[in-house]
Amino acid sequence: MNRNYRFSSVILVVLILVTSLFTGCKGGKKSVDQSVKVKVPQDNAVILQDIKQAEKIFNALPSPIESAQLIKSAGAKFDEKLLNPVSNVNTYVTNKAMALNLGVYTCDLSFASMYEQTQLLIDYMNAAKKMADGLGILKAIEQDDIDKLEENINNADVIMEVVSQTFMNSNSYLQDNGQPATAAMVLVGGWIEGLYISTQLIDMKEFNGNKLVGRIIDQKLSIDILLNLLQGSKGNPAVDELIVQVAKLSDVFKKISIKSGPIRTEYDAASNSTMLKSEVKTDMTPETFKELSIVVADIRNSFVK
Amino acid sequence: MRIFKTLPLLALFLFAFSGSVDAQCKAFAKKECLPELGIYTHDGNYHAAVLVEGEEAELYKTFYSDMEYRVAIIGEDKLPMVEFKVLDANKNVLYSNKDKDYAKTWDFKLQSSQQLKLVVKVSSFNKPGDTPASGCVAIMFGFKMKK
Repeated sequence: MNRNYRFSSVILVVLILVTSLFTGCKGGKKSVDQSVKVKVPQDNAVILQDIKQAEKIFNALPSPIESAQLIKSAGAKFDEKLLNPVSNVNTYVTNKAMALNLGVYTCDLSFASMYEQTQLLIDYMNAAKKMADGLGILKAIEQDDIDKLEENINNADVIMEVVSQTFMNSNSYLQDNGQPATAAMVLVGGWIEGLYISTQLIDMKEFNGNKLVGRIIDQKLSIDILLNLLQGSKGNPAVDELIVQVAKLSDVFKKISIKSGPIRTEYDAASNSTMLKSEVKTDMTPETFKELSIVVADIRNSFVK
Repeated sequence: MRIFKTLPLLALFLFAFSGSVDAQCKAFAKKECLPELGIYTHDGNYHAAVLVEGEEAELYKTFYSDMEYRVAIIGEDKLPMVEFKVLDANKNVLYSNKDKDYAKTWDFKLQSSQQLKLVVKVSSFNKPGDTPASGCVAIMFGFKMKK
């Protein structure tokens, strides 16, 4: 082996180890919902291959905006009492509480915006801003955004654009500044709030055939994504606590049955869109639903207390 | 042997300067990827990473039967073509943009909600000896209510 070549190999390994240590101290880099595994090469012959094979995995939970849209599309009614009161905003002082409630308030404001609850939307945007400011997320939600909301309060498209933009600002800031655990907590807060609102909106007298029940069952499809997202920041004490809570939720979801047949695609040239067709059979008993509601409420209430 | 001289520099660049690279990725995603969503509402999530040619990334996401979706996947100009495939839980390929001249977006809707996997791969310029190209790849999702 060429001597210079061997020397540069040693430097490379040392550099990777040192830089990995630094990024490790930041709690990981790259992105919130992404775990990146980097293998240190054993010899130079595999360096290029190892760089190529470095795994990048994104675990994409439904955003609070998508969760709110799902509730609205299921025909559910708006109920302000289910939201986390903005008066709680000053009680959140830890990084974990602010991150979780940034997600919770973003879901609440999305929910309010879907139902054209304009004053509530502004109030919740201010609450979310306070959480983002507390987390040190620069320019995530600016006064200009709130002014834009007030000026376009009857324009649903502009409102959704502002909500989506501010959530992306928070999300990307945390990813780009080595705070994947905090970013994961924001997403978890939003997802749990959406599930909490959904379960609370179910009237047991209308359980069978309820479209919103169907959307709640669908959340089983995201529970492993949620756990993988949190596992990416395992070792962080706040995240470890969440993993225990979400594992309990996962145990209840295991009692729900989803059986999916093969998916076939059907392209529609007129709309330039593809339909993914499949038969799915789901089953959730009222008892399992009640158990799920209790577990979700316990977790959510631990976030907002 | 040139590749062995350039790889340590590439590794140093990728690891030590990842913060500024990530910030550039965000700007790229906002400028180039977001507009591709068109009339679809961006879900607010942000997925972007620096990939080296030949490298793959995977994304797992649940898609709902009530919605119509557009996925936009854009790589920086300095990268070779970016391939993406959409697979079901049984690893069947439902869509590959390679069959559509490396289209940057795909519109779809579902009869029933499904968790799908997206595999994104930066193809290769196939120029042995050259420093492998690296650049930002952004993935974004938009949705709208099903008609």
